Amino acid sequence: MTILDERAPVAHHPPEERKEPWGVYKWLTSTDHKVIGKSYLITSVLFFLMAGIMALLFRVQLTSPDNGFLSQSTYNELFTMHGSMMMYLFAGPFAFGGFANAIVPIQVGAPDMAFPRLNALSYWIYAAGGFIMLSGFITAGGAADFGWVAYAPLSNAVNSPGAGADLWIIALVLTGFSAIFTGVNIITTVFYLRAPGMTMFRIPIFTWNMVVTGILILIAFPVLTSALIMLFADRHLGTHIFEVSGGGVPVLWQHLFWFFGHPEVYILALPYFGIVTEILPVFSRKPVFGYKGLFFATLLIAGLSTGVWAHHMFTTGVVLLPFFSGMSFLIAVPTGIKYFAWIGTMWRGKLTFPTPMLFAVGFLVVFLAGGLSGVLLASPPIDFFTHDTYFVVAHFHQVLFGTAIFAGFGGLYYWFPKITGRMLRDKLGRVHFWLLFWGFWVQTIPQYIVGLQGMPRRVPTYPANLGWTLYNRISTAGAFMIGLSFAFFLVNLWVSWRKPVAAGDNPWVYGQALEWATSSPAPHHNFHSIPPIRSERPTWDMNFGEPPPGADIEGPTGVTVR
Amino acid sequence: MACRRGLARAGVLALVALGLAACQLPTFGSFNAPTTQGQKSFHLWQGFMIPTLLVGIFVEGLIFWAALRYRKKKRADEGLPKQTRYNLPWEAVYTIVPVLIVAGLFYFTVLAENQVTKVVHNPQTRVTVTGFRWGWRFDYTDPSGRVLASVVPPTLGHGYPQMMLPDHQVTQVTLVSRDVVHGFYIPAFDYSEYAQPGIHNRFDITPTREGVFDGKCAQYCGLRHSEMLFTVRIMSSSNFHSWLSSQEAKVPT
Repeated sequence: MTILDERAPVAHHPPEERKEPWGVYKWLTSTDHKVIGKSYLITSVLFFLMAGIMALLFRVQLTSPDNGFLSQSTYNELFTMHGSMMMYLFAGPFAFGGFANAIVPIQVGAPDMAFPRLNALSYWIYAAGGFIMLSGFITAGGAADFGWVAYAPLSNAVNSPGAGADLWIIALVLTGFSAIFTGVNIITTVFYLRAPGMTMFRIPIFTWNMVVTGILILIAFPVLTSALIMLFADRHLGTHIFEVSGGGVPVLWQHLFWFFGHPEVYILALPYFGIVTEILPVFSRKPVFGYKGLFFATLLIAGLSTGVWAHHMFTTGVVLLPFFSGMSFLIAVPTGIKYFAWIGTMWRGKLTFPTPMLFAVGFLVVFLAGGLSGVLLASPPIDFFTHDTYFVVAHFHQVLFGTAIFAGFGGLYYWFPKITGRMLRDKLGRVHFWLLFWGFWVQTIPQYIVGLQGMPRRVPTYPANLGWTLYNRISTAGAFMIGLSFAFFLVNLWVSWRKPVAAGDNPWVYGQALEWATSSPAPHHNFHSIPPIRSERPTWDMNFGEPPPGADIEGPTGVTVR
Repeated sequence: MACRRGLARAGVLALVALGLAACQLPTFGSFNAPTTQGQKSFHLWQGFMIPTLLVGIFVEGLIFWAALRYRKKKRADEGLPKQTRYNLPWEAVYTIVPVLIVAGLFYFTVLAENQVTKVVHNPQTRVTVTGFRWGWRFDYTDPSGRVLASVVPPTLGHGYPQMMLPDHQVTQVTLVSRDVVHGFYIPAFDYSEYAQPGIHNRFDITPTREGVFDGKCAQYCGLRHSEMLFTVRIMSSSNFHSWLSSQEAKVPT
């Protein structure tokens, strides 16, 4: 009847009697995707906590006009490193290193990644890159201080002479290669190592989003890496690629950077969209609504994201405004499709709200506001007076917070039982969520307002007579609420470590994708047996019965339209 | 034909109504700019905020409705809801409606941006604004490029330069940078543009009322980025021209 049934019975091999590596040695030498995934998660969350503390420091600086809490140069280093670490060392590797490694091979029924050693290399150059970037702080000139975008010619050897800048460039080259390697690995794994029965349209949306992210990485990161090498050459080898003096073109850096940078925004978003698409159906007890629509919307977002880079450059005066504006507006369409698919998934379900579901719905609420202010920014005349102000800061924090924090930590609460075999405590998780949720609004709304009043970003001080003080204080209070919420998260981890509660295979009961059919944590090579795969939710089918034959081809089952 | 003309008339009426309504709309936190160009951006902003807020309230409402209405009611309810996988008519609706909305937004964007970025051939006043680390310099020139008057910033820490603009006349700004990228930003004018090395950006300012406004550098440019401040004074054109001739004497030939 199926491929699985027709296979000849496999001979039983008793486990080999050899000493498995353990402890630090295992961690250092492992090529197991589950170990590497865990390493990625831990490392990226560490970088996240460090970058968060930096944010708290400069939020303190902004509580009073003309404050002297931090020196101007320290402030500049801190916001540069905060942005760089959050973007390059946390938001990307957290999902595309951590969850991609820990979950994707299990979801497609593969024993490991396609290239396990490349995978290990990928992690180690990422970790090395991260610490190289941070090591700028112990050099004489301090860390890089030209913003996470490193605009030429501010980033050249004259304006940013320190070693911190070079360390930043080298770190980005390394983490860029790490992302490229992981991209190759994920794409190959999903295309070649799927279990029998896992056809293309039965791959869970989470895994699809990871594949599309991998493709975007292969498009975007080589451009960044090349641009960084050009910048390095300008700094040290006497080239003039971004220097007017030698006939170079400074604005070329902006083009190259944003040709990477805008796909990067979706590289940071798509995996998290995938996480939400996993969580919502499980806690609604329904299949994902509009699977194919979601799939094509993801492809469309990825395609459009390569044609919108100059919307970061509307005020340069040298880009074709209508083209980049129109393309940017169009991104609202597939994003809208996703939103309605998510709402459709919850619609008429039986919703329960343990911590992962709270975070997923929190993502919906927060990201929507960020997306809508993004539509405003796609209009050049509006961008002209909001560009480089706190309005933009509020916009992209809302978008990135929605994805990397709400969806990302939702994913961590959701898969923590699968990854570690232990549950996180629900009550502590709820406190974490509500503090984070309200703290986030308290932080962001004043930033929108003060941005419209003309407060530029990246300023360590501002005049006292403009009425910005109160807004900045409220915003800082919100930032500290967010900081406090993560204390509850850390306590949660500690409690789970000291007093473990066993998770079992399928702790959420209504788990759908393949990872909930194996043990927690998954055994070496992931499965002792794989259930038949007849739809995009084999574990659900195993527990609650399969859909009627052809259900996903011929029409909706039991749809009522009103 | 009559029907089409009727439609066109209705469309024009709707636009006029929208235009009239725009005058009554709240500012939504932005500045009611004292320049004709800034007014276009300002009205576009007002017009955009209406659909943005409506869509926001509608979709957030759907999320909250779904989350509250479809909560599992009974503690021990282990039943399953209907396993709806998709619904093509609704999927078509939620694809097409956003396309229409953004098409409308795009149309009004292009109209406004063409007016905001339009530069005339014969402005009454020309000024070259030079950004440098860390200050601004304003050179008023005649059409041939000869400098008529210059405003240079005082020594760092001793106040900020003031840019002069004649009311109800077109001033054309040529924006350049001596070193890195700077952002020439006057919040009250609802406008900013980059001053960049190797690029001469041009835009027009046509003030509509007198006053003094704050200007700053928006694009991060290094250590004293936050101190690259200036002010803009809009004065009557007669006052402006007498100021200009008083300065001309000071320019070394």
